[in-house]
Amino acid sequence: MTIPVDLMYARSHEWIKIEGDSVSVGISHYAQDQLGEVVYVELPEVGTAFAVGDELGTLESVKAVSEFLAPVAGEVLEVNTRLEDEPNLVNDDPYGNGWLVKLSGSAEGGEFLDAAGYKEFLEQESA
Amino acid sequence: MHPWVGAGPEDRRQILSELGLQSIDELFASIPSGVCVDGLDLPPARDEDWIRRTLGNMAATNISMDSIPCFLGAGVYRHVQPSVVDAVLSRAEFFTSYTPYQPEISQGTLQVIFEFQTLISRLTGLDVANASLYDGATALVEAALFSHRVLRSKRDLVVMAETIHPMYRRVLDTYTEAAGIEVAVVPPGADGRLDPERVREAAGDRACCVAIQSPNFLGIVEDLPQLATATHDCGALAIEVVTEAASLGILNGGGSFGFDVVCGEAQSFGVAPGFGGPHLGFFACSSKHLRQMPGRLAGETVDENGTRAFCLTLSTREQHIRRAKATSNICTNQGLMALAATVWLEAIGGNGLRELAASCLARTEELKRRITAIGAPWRLAYPQSPTFNEFLLVGPGSGTELVERLATKGVLAGVPTTDWGGTWPDGVLVAVTECNSGKDLDAFAAALEQLS
Amino acid sequence: MKRRAIRSEPLFFERNSRRVRRQGYLLPVLDVPEVTPSEVLPPELIRKPDPHFPDISEMEVVQHFHRLSQLNYAVDEGLYPLGSCTMKYNPRINEEIARLPGFASLHPLQPQSQIQGALRLIWELEESLKAITGMPGATLQPAAGAHGELTGILMIRKALEARGEKREIVLVPDSAHGTNPATATFAGYRAQEIPSADDGTVDLGALDRMMDDTVAALMLTVPNTLGIFEHQILEIADLVHSRGGFIYMDGANLNSFVGRALPGLMGADAMHINLHKTFSTPHGGGGPGAGPVTVSEALLPHLPVPKVQRDDNGFELLWKDPASIGQMRGFYGNFLILVRALTYIWSLGAEGLRSMSDVAVLYANLVRHRLNGAYHLKFDAPSLHEVVFDDSIQTRHEVHNVDIAKRLLDYGFHPPTMSFPLIVHGALMIEPAESVAPDEIEAFCDAMLAIAEEAESDPGLVRSAPHDTPVGRVDEVRAARNLKVTWTPDDEG
Repeated sequence: MTIPVDLMYARSHEWIKIEGDSVSVGISHYAQDQLGEVVYVELPEVGTAFAVGDELGTLESVKAVSEFLAPVAGEVLEVNTRLEDEPNLVNDDPYGNGWLVKLSGSAEGGEFLDAAGYKEFLEQESA
Repeated sequence: MHPWVGAGPEDRRQILSELGLQSIDELFASIPSGVCVDGLDLPPARDEDWIRRTLGNMAATNISMDSIPCFLGAGVYRHVQPSVVDAVLSRAEFFTSYTPYQPEISQGTLQVIFEFQTLISRLTGLDVANASLYDGATALVEAALFSHRVLRSKRDLVVMAETIHPMYRRVLDTYTEAAGIEVAVVPPGADGRLDPERVREAAGDRACCVAIQSPNFLGIVEDLPQLATATHDCGALAIEVVTEAASLGILNGGGSFGFDVVCGEAQSFGVAPGFGGPHLGFFACSSKHLRQMPGRLAGETVDENGTRAFCLTLSTREQHIRRAKATSNICTNQGLMALAATVWLEAIGGNGLRELAASCLARTEELKRRITAIGAPWRLAYPQSPTFNEFLLVGPGSGTELVERLATKGVLAGVPTTDWGGTWPDGVLVAVTECNSGKDLDAFAAALEQLS
Repeated sequence: MKRRAIRSEPLFFERNSRRVRRQGYLLPVLDVPEVTPSEVLPPELIRKPDPHFPDISEMEVVQHFHRLSQLNYAVDEGLYPLGSCTMKYNPRINEEIARLPGFASLHPLQPQSQIQGALRLIWELEESLKAITGMPGATLQPAAGAHGELTGILMIRKALEARGEKREIVLVPDSAHGTNPATATFAGYRAQEIPSADDGTVDLGALDRMMDDTVAALMLTVPNTLGIFEHQILEIADLVHSRGGFIYMDGANLNSFVGRALPGLMGADAMHINLHKTFSTPHGGGGPGAGPVTVSEALLPHLPVPKVQRDDNGFELLWKDPASIGQMRGFYGNFLILVRALTYIWSLGAEGLRSMSDVAVLYANLVRHRLNGAYHLKFDAPSLHEVVFDDSIQTRHEVHNVDIAKRLLDYGFHPPTMSFPLIVHGALMIEPAESVAPDEIEAFCDAMLAIAEEAESDPGLVRSAPHDTPVGRVDEVRAARNLKVTWTPDDEG
């Protein structure tokens, strides 16, 4: 179960990475493993604004649908259009090519764990 | 003991003893005594012979469509019934199995659904079709709600042709009332056809869909290309409802003219009239809207060895996964009826279906000619409008009276429009299929002459 | 002689590679003058011949479907213990009666004098279902259980409107079928989940907190999807009723208590009955079912139209009724399914129906007794007609419920329902139903025990199952990623 140290994690299993005014969002290795093989990703429209905790989109496996939430408040700057044809990237490369959306804004207002804190959180969850 | 209960008294005693119990009553101890009863207020068990006699007598009090010349249609039609259809339907491998959740032991059912989807797709001119819905009326409801979803609920008006089967409209009203969707009804012009301009006026910029039926309730074939254009000009989805699926043997489905949904009733494809059910709703749409489509779907894939196989797919739209957010609450399809339609269509064949439809057309035109020749007091309500196998006949008296009087002459003449309301004349909808022989037409004409 | 094993069958569209016309059926001879379609129909609407819709001979049709049938498992082959589906025997007399021309070839819009037998049948079945549930009204219109749910919730909505109330919420236990919350949404309500208590039944404390004047109804499956009876049903019903709500009862599990208890006494206001479960009508590869709804006094005025009424002159259809919710589907229900259900009820009679439920419950308890220990039982409250194990003992060896299910195929049984109810992780939900002989139940238990053993001794064998089915494990991920739901001519390459 990989947990890169350069990212921050929400308790709902999204990760974020801040690059200037843009916040990249994806789901963790743990989350994709729980979901199983992703067959479809529903992404928001560019330009839509979200508050912390809003449903950004959905990830579908064969037998389950799960929502992913906005870990920070902001407007959608970009979505990962590669996922339309290659939803498996969410499984194969969750921290890289499997990113989901980029939001404007900063980490303010969200609650995040660092890699060590997230690892501990996962251990508590599965205990 | 009854033959349909697998364990006899001695079996039960042995099982109870294995479970360490004295009596079966102990297994029901968790049910509070306040809701319990000791037996039911129903008659005792009956043997097969009694059942056959009693229910046989009940059936015999009905007048079957096969017993006299019959011209009833209005959404339920009598067509040829190849014996192979019921032979296949009677195979336990099909009728005693359930939803193919385990694809490894359900390839038969899954491939049948895949073939059904393909047949419906080819006939409607749209690239995807589902595994079936309850019936034509609920298929229309699903189409309207589908349009509402596709347009993300921003438009709350459904525009309906008045010439959609009145019963379908009633069913739609039941559902739209709960969903908070408004319905506007557009009456036909003097020729019984829908005027695209009136569709434009009704839809404006508020409609999520415009639904029309062709051939319509009056049997008249609509101008599909113009109606699709008018609908799309208003930014709405175009829905075609088909209640006489045999018409697709000779007429293009709406998909060929840009309709977004073609749905309706496929009872004509080998499903018994059965006093109204079970029938076979179908639903076809464009693949770009596939994820909003209601109902079950079979898809092609491979097994672990790379061999072609089929399985249910996109079930994440459905209630057992998405629960409150599902595209529909439907949990079954009309599996066995879809099988009947698949066997029927494959037995009749592509060219055969065209000939069957041409036969309906020829017989209908012949009966219209004979009625016109008889003349007053009989007339066709819309003599100039194109029809497939049904038309509205007007005569001396209400439709209900005419049907009753013609029945006394030995003809089941059709369905009266008397109690349906509508802006059309009170008369009789007469349907003619390939099952109506020249002699049936003679009987019809003779009955009219006697009542003239 | 060795039987030819059928493992696959070409699609209809791939048949007739010569692209020649054969004849599958002889149409009635055209004994009227032929008509040129373009002379009577708008030419632009006329269909062109489809070269990819073949015409094949009658025997090719028969062989095609015979071979396809060989790829299916069915109730007539062996135990089909799908929990919550009640896969019982489908008596052959039902099929015979439903095919009588007086039923099968009857048009729904014939004059009422010609359909008295059919109306009588509807009336008789309504009366029987009223007796079985102890409720005063019934409609046979709904086409399936989920359709019955919607019918019931719409009646509740109408009753609230008649009281001048508009409530917003429908409460649904977390163990409920997915159709319940989906129905609530469809009927214009918001579904809200009630947690289960430790014994798997409704948490009365939580219900007490949630049940206020915004709640229209509680949807309750009795016994619940764990096969456990809501032992506090009377308290639950009192609580909901005293705060102006209604009880919608999901009758999917009625097979467990016919002749033992009455939903009418439990406080149910509406309840659907799956005729394809409790009353033996065939599942047909996924339908058609039928989902009649019985109702309490409070909902009687709101039953859908048309209604069948009886008077001195016989039976008649009532189409207009201002308090009714309206019509739920075309015509009067899946009539030929209703014929089968009445045949079943009359055949079994009062005693037979009760023994049906007795044996269904007895068998479920036999399965529970034999498998407990080898499989983990999360909720150990008494079981009625079904029992829900989970795979937590087997997951220690990386064997999951889906693997157990696939391995059962090799043993010649249909697997139980999996991964439902959602409150049991890795669920295996077993409902044996009453119709098979005890030997079949025992053979199934032996197979389950053998698989539990294999999960420890040779887990790879279980994980790679099935090994002995017409096709191997099917790639459902690929089906969903590369959607292909129709055959197209491009497939011919």
